[in-house]
Amino acid sequence: MNVVVCVKQIPDPATPGELDPSTNFLKRDGKLILDESDAYGVEMALQLADKAGGGEVTLVSMAPNSEMSGLRTALAMGAAKAVLVSDPALAGSDALGTAKVLAAAIKRVEGADLIIAATEASDGYTGTVPEQVAALLDLPSITFAKKIEVADGKVKIERQTEAGYDEVEADLPALVTVTAGVVEPRYPSFKGIMAAKSKPVDEVTVADLGIDAGQVGIAGARQEITSVTPAEEREAGEVIEDDGTGHEKIVAFLEKLKVI
Amino acid sequence: MDKIWIHAEIGGDKPSSITLELATKARSLGGTVEAFYAGDNAEAVAQELGQYGVSKVYTVDTGGSLQGPAVASAMAAQIEAGNTPDLVMFGSTYDGRDVLARLSVKLDHPVLTNNIDVVEEGGEVRCTTQIFGGQTIVTTAFKCPAPHLANFRPKSFAAEPGGATTAEVVAVEAPEAAKVRVIERHVEERSGPILDEAAIVVSGGRGLGSADKYEMIEQLAKALKGAPGASRAIVDAGWVPYSYQVGQTGKVVKPNVYIAAGISGATQHMVGMKGSKNIIAINKDPEAPIFGIADLGIVGDVHKVLPALLEALQGR
Repeated sequence: MNVVVCVKQIPDPATPGELDPSTNFLKRDGKLILDESDAYGVEMALQLADKAGGGEVTLVSMAPNSEMSGLRTALAMGAAKAVLVSDPALAGSDALGTAKVLAAAIKRVEGADLIIAATEASDGYTGTVPEQVAALLDLPSITFAKKIEVADGKVKIERQTEAGYDEVEADLPALVTVTAGVVEPRYPSFKGIMAAKSKPVDEVTVADLGIDAGQVGIAGARQEITSVTPAEEREAGEVIEDDGTGHEKIVAFLEKLKVI
Repeated sequence: MDKIWIHAEIGGDKPSSITLELATKARSLGGTVEAFYAGDNAEAVAQELGQYGVSKVYTVDTGGSLQGPAVASAMAAQIEAGNTPDLVMFGSTYDGRDVLARLSVKLDHPVLTNNIDVVEEGGEVRCTTQIFGGQTIVTTAFKCPAPHLANFRPKSFAAEPGGATTAEVVAVEAPEAAKVRVIERHVEERSGPILDEAAIVVSGGRGLGSADKYEMIEQLAKALKGAPGASRAIVDAGWVPYSYQVGQTGKVVKPNVYIAAGISGATQHMVGMKGSKNIIAINKDPEAPIFGIADLGIVGDVHKVLPALLEALQGR
């Protein structure tokens, strides 16, 4: 079974995010890493391909520059190859523009049975891109999977809902988004990291995909940031070191609020 | 605005809270408010939506599928026939996001998501969202023709009845066939208040050390008649189900009291709980960001503070 995984390379979430004051875009000039949310999809894809007894896992990603460090992490986990759409024209792309690019890139991968994405990226978290990709490719889609099984040309999912979960199925090919925790991602082995260095990355431009540059980037986004302001700060209260009576402080606080 | 559509969803046997919040906000923007609904009890849902000023409810049969393609194609068909709203509002919910995304592709219109407000200003529709864990507020204007497509975080608006009317129920066609089959729906039994409606929420994080220690969180929540919650870290680790998660990817909560135990306060978590009226944090790291927003911070070991607190509460 061939699985495509959409992955995003993002600034390290451990460092505070910043907007470029001239463009209001998220600054992406530092080193980019594989979005942790995507590690679950990569692991799921590897396990499904393994269980099916064959097939490849292909990564699909986009970046305004040729950044690949995050892709190498996913290749080191065991993905076979990657398609990277890299083009300065992509800077400022919105969710729909991103989906158009990813959908076109997925079409370059032959014989994809299943497409996996995270429910949302950790940095922008628009949360609509995978479903937009499915719509553009006219594929069935099941979002928020917490369990996935593939058998007899069908994918069967436990889908998170407000009330619990739904059992949902679709014929392949299909697109699925996975919640964090669907599987435990592996750490790349040393052998994997070495092997990843020589795995093929098909680097393409927007024009290679046959997409008009006006459909992506700022032009394609058809939206404009009109203001950026700091939120009202919430003031810190009393912070005390627990000397064995910390719980009494909490009880007193709750009493004052009349909740106990 | 002349006309606004909302995507209505059910919660239990009535319109969900986010649906009523959207109806209230839509009403305040002037003009007609209409809803699209795919689910059970359409008549009862429509009756309640009428109390919130919704004048028409379009019902859509998904044919046993998920909502995305069916509801989006029903909306697109209306728009194609000339019934065009200025704005379509969705909740940042599982099904809401599916319909929003499918509709954006059908119309080739952009989306603005995770908003906390929307205004009409200078001839533009502008949406406001929070980024960087709620530290920065960004307002973005649509630069394309209507209908504008946006979704909103739960609890962004108060739900207030008004503009009462009898909502007309109109069944509309969903031109797109279902390609996904819902085989069975499972409702997870929960005792105590619902996480996003509880007056008191007690959440646990990685600082608990191991899955079995989460029991302390459940006991404390029970003792305070509140709901237990969790940080993403322990949901990812599989200690508790995804439905417990508070934060950017989970629930937004605004209880009277929020107790964060063993949670450092990643921006991903804070965005889901910083609207709480009173915040109590227990963490062994004095530098933990959660102390920056806590009204009462205890720098200490959750394994000592929580059992002592439970004991003190049980004696009452």
